[in-house]
Amino acid sequence: MSILVDKNTKVICQGITGEQGTFHSLQMVHYGTRMVAGVTPGKGGGDVDGIPVFNTVGEAKKSTGADATVIYVPAPFAADAIMEAVDAGIRLVVCITEGIPVVDMIRVKRFMEGRPSRLVGPNCPGVITPEECKIGIMPGHIHKKGRVGVVSRSGTLTYEAVDQLTRLGLGQSTCVGIGGDPINGTNFIDVIGMFEKDPGTDAVVMIGEIGGSAEEEAAAFIKKNVKKPVVAYIAGVAAPKGKRMGHAGAIIAGGKGTADEKYAALKDAGIAATRTPADIGKTVVEVLKKV
Amino acid sequence: MNIHEYQAKELLGRYGVKVPKGNIAFTPQEAEEVAKCFLSDNPVCVVKAQIHAGGRGKAGGVKLARSREEALEHAKALLGHVLVTHQTGPAGKVVKKVLVEEGCRIEKEYYLGVVVDRGSQRVCVMASREGGVEIEEVALKSPEKILKVYVDPAVGLQAFQARNLAFGLGLDRALINKAVRFMTALYGAFVDLDCSMAEINPLVTTKDGEVMALDAKISFDDNGLFRHKDVEGMRDLDEEDPREVEASRYNLNYVSLDGNIGCMVNGAGLAMATMDIIKLYGGSPANFLDVGGGANREQVTAAFKLLMSDDDVKAILVNIFGGIMRCDIIAEGIVHAAKDTHLKVPLVVRLQGTNVERGREILRQSGLNIITAERMDEAAEKAVKAAKAA
Repeated sequence: MSILVDKNTKVICQGITGEQGTFHSLQMVHYGTRMVAGVTPGKGGGDVDGIPVFNTVGEAKKSTGADATVIYVPAPFAADAIMEAVDAGIRLVVCITEGIPVVDMIRVKRFMEGRPSRLVGPNCPGVITPEECKIGIMPGHIHKKGRVGVVSRSGTLTYEAVDQLTRLGLGQSTCVGIGGDPINGTNFIDVIGMFEKDPGTDAVVMIGEIGGSAEEEAAAFIKKNVKKPVVAYIAGVAAPKGKRMGHAGAIIAGGKGTADEKYAALKDAGIAATRTPADIGKTVVEVLKKV
Repeated sequence: MNIHEYQAKELLGRYGVKVPKGNIAFTPQEAEEVAKCFLSDNPVCVVKAQIHAGGRGKAGGVKLARSREEALEHAKALLGHVLVTHQTGPAGKVVKKVLVEEGCRIEKEYYLGVVVDRGSQRVCVMASREGGVEIEEVALKSPEKILKVYVDPAVGLQAFQARNLAFGLGLDRALINKAVRFMTALYGAFVDLDCSMAEINPLVTTKDGEVMALDAKISFDDNGLFRHKDVEGMRDLDEEDPREVEASRYNLNYVSLDGNIGCMVNGAGLAMATMDIIKLYGGSPANFLDVGGGANREQVTAAFKLLMSDDDVKAILVNIFGGIMRCDIIAEGIVHAAKDTHLKVPLVVRLQGTNVERGREILRQSGLNIITAERMDEAAEKAVKAAKAA
């Protein structure tokens, strides 16, 4: 079992004819993802290595029955691409694009209210259910099918954690990158709630970072609602205040959103938090022994 | 991106936000000229040092002048001199321009701020009677004194919301409509200009029955700058860390810190984690540096040059997780860049991911004295040791 995506998920790619879109669509096909179509306005009727291209998401969905989309559209046009997918009724919208203006994301979130689609990202590596479906830019081969769920605000730091798990023989049920932007589609609580209900997941790894209060909210949620063991790591203990650390959302603003505050909340919720990123895998092994 | 007060006031003025009349001056003579204009129908004018840091008033960077001679003296005392505020750090900032403004007869001071609220995922307008005080302080000591409204982006800030704030501040009935207009204009500017923060502190009511921005501070969402070339042109490189400016030319995410271990990492999360683990092993990172997912030869070379330009750097730690970009390609980039830049400090490289064995082989055979590590903690430990030995 898994969450969000599995071997039956039919995926389209918005921005498939761009350099990134083409490269990663073919990587996804190679991994075994059911890539059924691509969308680039004005390039409908063509194809990318046999994947049919449509002008609109609506047409692509109608012709292929796609239920997920991955967006590689450049930042100035990405908010529009998300809304097009949501309007077409695509169940899962994964937006990889980095650099979308926050004002655009505020409008996107408002547009999505009352509509059933789920957005993952933006500015994220994507979602993968190992050996079934990869939607995004993560290196597929470091993953292994298994029973640990991973949710993270980061890209390469997630690969680091997944790699540690795989080396220790611990496979993953699903890995979800929720992205490094201040306003995003899916948060820790959403994903952890899904992992808690998923019979295929035994433990959860949560990787947070400075900025905002998503980790504190997740800690409170876990304390109240989650029985499965959760292992957490928060990046940015050494980060200075008021400086953006690469991700648009990774900033300690007005003295709020420090790693220390987040660790305190995790501790209060009884979550196994590790202070060293090198021990994420090891900590999962330890908590699973206690179950 | 941040801008100066005088630029913020100019932008806000275009959107109908009431600001005092003022002009920028680069020399004491220019300041005197501007002051002369304002003093013809106003008993006082104000000379304000323009630096990005806050706390200027308390540090002596804001001065009242009752004559043009006095304005000249104030400008002379500020221009070209270092101003140290609680936000500049002990080194302070050199004042290169002053804003000369007409004085106004202040009745009362308030706080008004607009921010992106991550929790509600909306724009939030905040107001408080505690004007002139840092809002973080108010939030800490008496959060109930901060009034907030959250704006539905589909319709924008509504008059009733602005009225709720204005009445909540206890403004005189005669000033409510002016306050509503002020807030509506400020919200309009915020959204239209892709701001991430706009702060009017203090917002003042005057004895002449005006509501106006005595100070103004704006930060912009860097992701939105592509649609505001004019705003981008307001960037003042003198106010930024020179290495951060250099890094931005190569699309590198770099933040200066005060330690002695230079870091080069791919990915922001992993870069922060690398800084953290250096600290855990008793070292201190000299910087945050995310070279992005690609990490090609040109970028790695630029990154090495940047790290080497910091004399405090005693060792360099490279931590790369090769995903789609293979470790052997990255290793070649590191070797070339290390040779090109004639690295003089110990270099610790930790590679992990795709084709890692081939990557390590390339590092071993490079003839360079590269210290390799397999795990992150091992790499941090070796880098801390190397920096201490240097």
